[in-house]
Amino acid sequence: MFALNLLPVGTAAVIQELELPEPVEHHLMHMGFSPEARVVAVRRAPAGDPTVYAIDGMEIALRRETARGILVKSLEEHTGEQKSALPAEANSRAERKARQLA
Amino acid sequence: MSCHATALVDLPTGPRVVGQIRTVALVGPPNSGKSTLFNRLTGMRQKVANYPGVTVEQHYGKLSGIRRPDLTLIDLPGIYSLDSYSEDARVAVDVLQGTMAGSPPVDAILLVLDSLHLQRQLMLAAPILALKLPTLVLLNMSDLMEVRGGAVDTLALAQELGVPVAKISGARGVGLEAIPRFLNQRDAQVDPLAGVAATQRLELPVVGNARSYRQWATGVSTRTRYKAPLSPEWTRKLDGVLLGRVTGPIIFLLVVLGVFQVVFSVGLPFSDWSQNLLNNAGDGLGRHIHPAWLDSLLIDGIWKGVASVLIFLPQILLLFLFIGVLEDTGYLARAALIADRVMRLIGLNGKAFIPLLSAYACAVPAIMATRTIENKRDRFATILVAPFMTCSARLPIYLLVIAAFVPNRRLLGSLLGLQAAVMLGLYVLGFLAALFTARLLKSSVLKASPAPFILELPQYRLPTLRGLGMRLVDRGGVFLKQAGTIILAVTIGLWMLSHVPLHGGHFPELANSFVGKVGRWIEPLIHPLGFNWKIGIGLLSSVIAREVIVGTLGTLYGMDPQTQALGLQQALHHDLTLGGAMALVVFFAFAMQCTSTLAVVKRETNSWRWPIVQFVYMSVLAYVAAFVTNQVVSRFF
Repeated sequence: MFALNLLPVGTAAVIQELELPEPVEHHLMHMGFSPEARVVAVRRAPAGDPTVYAIDGMEIALRRETARGILVKSLEEHTGEQKSALPAEANSRAERKARQLA
Repeated sequence: MSCHATALVDLPTGPRVVGQIRTVALVGPPNSGKSTLFNRLTGMRQKVANYPGVTVEQHYGKLSGIRRPDLTLIDLPGIYSLDSYSEDARVAVDVLQGTMAGSPPVDAILLVLDSLHLQRQLMLAAPILALKLPTLVLLNMSDLMEVRGGAVDTLALAQELGVPVAKISGARGVGLEAIPRFLNQRDAQVDPLAGVAATQRLELPVVGNARSYRQWATGVSTRTRYKAPLSPEWTRKLDGVLLGRVTGPIIFLLVVLGVFQVVFSVGLPFSDWSQNLLNNAGDGLGRHIHPAWLDSLLIDGIWKGVASVLIFLPQILLLFLFIGVLEDTGYLARAALIADRVMRLIGLNGKAFIPLLSAYACAVPAIMATRTIENKRDRFATILVAPFMTCSARLPIYLLVIAAFVPNRRLLGSLLGLQAAVMLGLYVLGFLAALFTARLLKSSVLKASPAPFILELPQYRLPTLRGLGMRLVDRGGVFLKQAGTIILAVTIGLWMLSHVPLHGGHFPELANSFVGKVGRWIEPLIHPLGFNWKIGIGLLSSVIAREVIVGTLGTLYGMDPQTQALGLQQALHHDLTLGGAMALVVFFAFAMQCTSTLAVVKRETNSWRWPIVQFVYMSVLAYVAAFVTNQVVSRFF
């Protein structure tokens, strides 16, 4: 398990848990950042921060300090533990790219 | 006059009548296309106000767009959930439950969901349906969804949710006939889905738990065979360029310079032109009004005071056209992303960049543009620092003093003139004050905001003329309404104070009027700044608007309007020391000499507290800085 800010651009991961102040956690969960959700790091802003993440077919930018509080597992690690696959989402293209890179 | 005044919209009053629909609420997440739909449904018959006690705007109008002008539509703020996490959500809950003061009970809900991201948007459906009000679910942008290969079984969705579902396109006005049909059937007590409701398939998740909402939404979207459309390849390709490491910042700078250039080079002449027009109109009217005192009140007082605000209208509309294009295309979010790294250095976030840039033209539209900043503390901090940016109303006094006191000498070979350098210095001074104030605010009263910087990057879209037009009408209307109320009152007040007490039935000289007496009275206070009583009166009169001081000084120095600029320079040069003159421009760099700004801050923060704090803070800062400037300049030059 590692923090979302360490996810390399172009790769996907699965969210495990959020360790942020309660209201922030709540807000992020309603924006789609909830456990079991797949997230892809799409690109970083020209200055290196914030980073744009694709989740539930939306692109959302988070600062490093926020992403640090979101813990994820790599796709392999996650599917190795539980076979239940989530319904295919709009992220599929980015994920294909992620697999190619991996 | 704004369109709002011609089409009167009143909210229904009295208790709810069972079975009769009078008030409909439009609910939906941010970016679901709700505002476009609202404009489509209400046409021009809409009204904007603030909910009492909060800074959330209340938009409401008559449903005349679908020929039901007897019904009121309330547009609720965009929300992700009904948890009282944000002020927006609290307002939405209060309105929907009928506990919001000044808002009628809601009889039916139109729930707008963006069908491009239906799975996530469904998370809002659970708490809304739990309210048990008659609800129609509108799958917005369904035309786009289908074009991009998405699909959903609306009948299955209606069965899952236990309410009717309609595919619509708010932008194109497609499928909207479902709304009057739903409302008419509700009115006639005929349940269009009586059969469905009877089966009670609706199983809502535990209220207030984001995780269970998500599981529920995932389940619903799977069972209704929702297929999310592919996000258009070109949005990502475009982002590759617009957010590129090298190309991103370059395009960003070009856009910023473009906005700046247009507001100044196109907006300023426009404002000058409208100023001439308004002045000529005032003079034309002036010759025909008797008695003379009424003429003076109407022309010198009201007309000139209100006109001094109206001349900013072209610039304001132009700026909002620009911001509208940037926002509606989706570029504004990208600009915020690029600017974020720099803006956080001063404790603000990227969304504050465009408003602060706009403040170089005028703080009023800049403060109105802070609405794009959802985080309240960041928004307030931006509102409070915006007036430090060198707005165009400071230019007249800067130009006057610099021309009168700074020799036209060349610096650095012929690259930069000394006069231009002083002007640039004043711009930098304002920026530094904004930076200092932002840091001060963010490390004290507006510290540690609970909401992090979360920025949704919408897909690129072509803005519609209709959408841009509605925005201009809306913002222009708010501005005009303000000019017609607060500014008008202050103008009349100041005119009266500068025309009493009467001397043998005649108006006193300005110097002997109440305002003049106050000017003399405060002379000891401003003497350390190097100012005399005439400057004091100028300062007092310019509380209305900064540029007024030039006119006041012109009157005071008894100059002919024709030669005013030239003569005034010489008069000032004789009357003020270099220290006093420099202190004067520094004072203007910092002081809050603008009732329009104070009024708009009051409106946007919905309390007198912030404008008063801002006025006192900026005045103290201006006084201290002017004092230091006078002392330093007098000693060394």
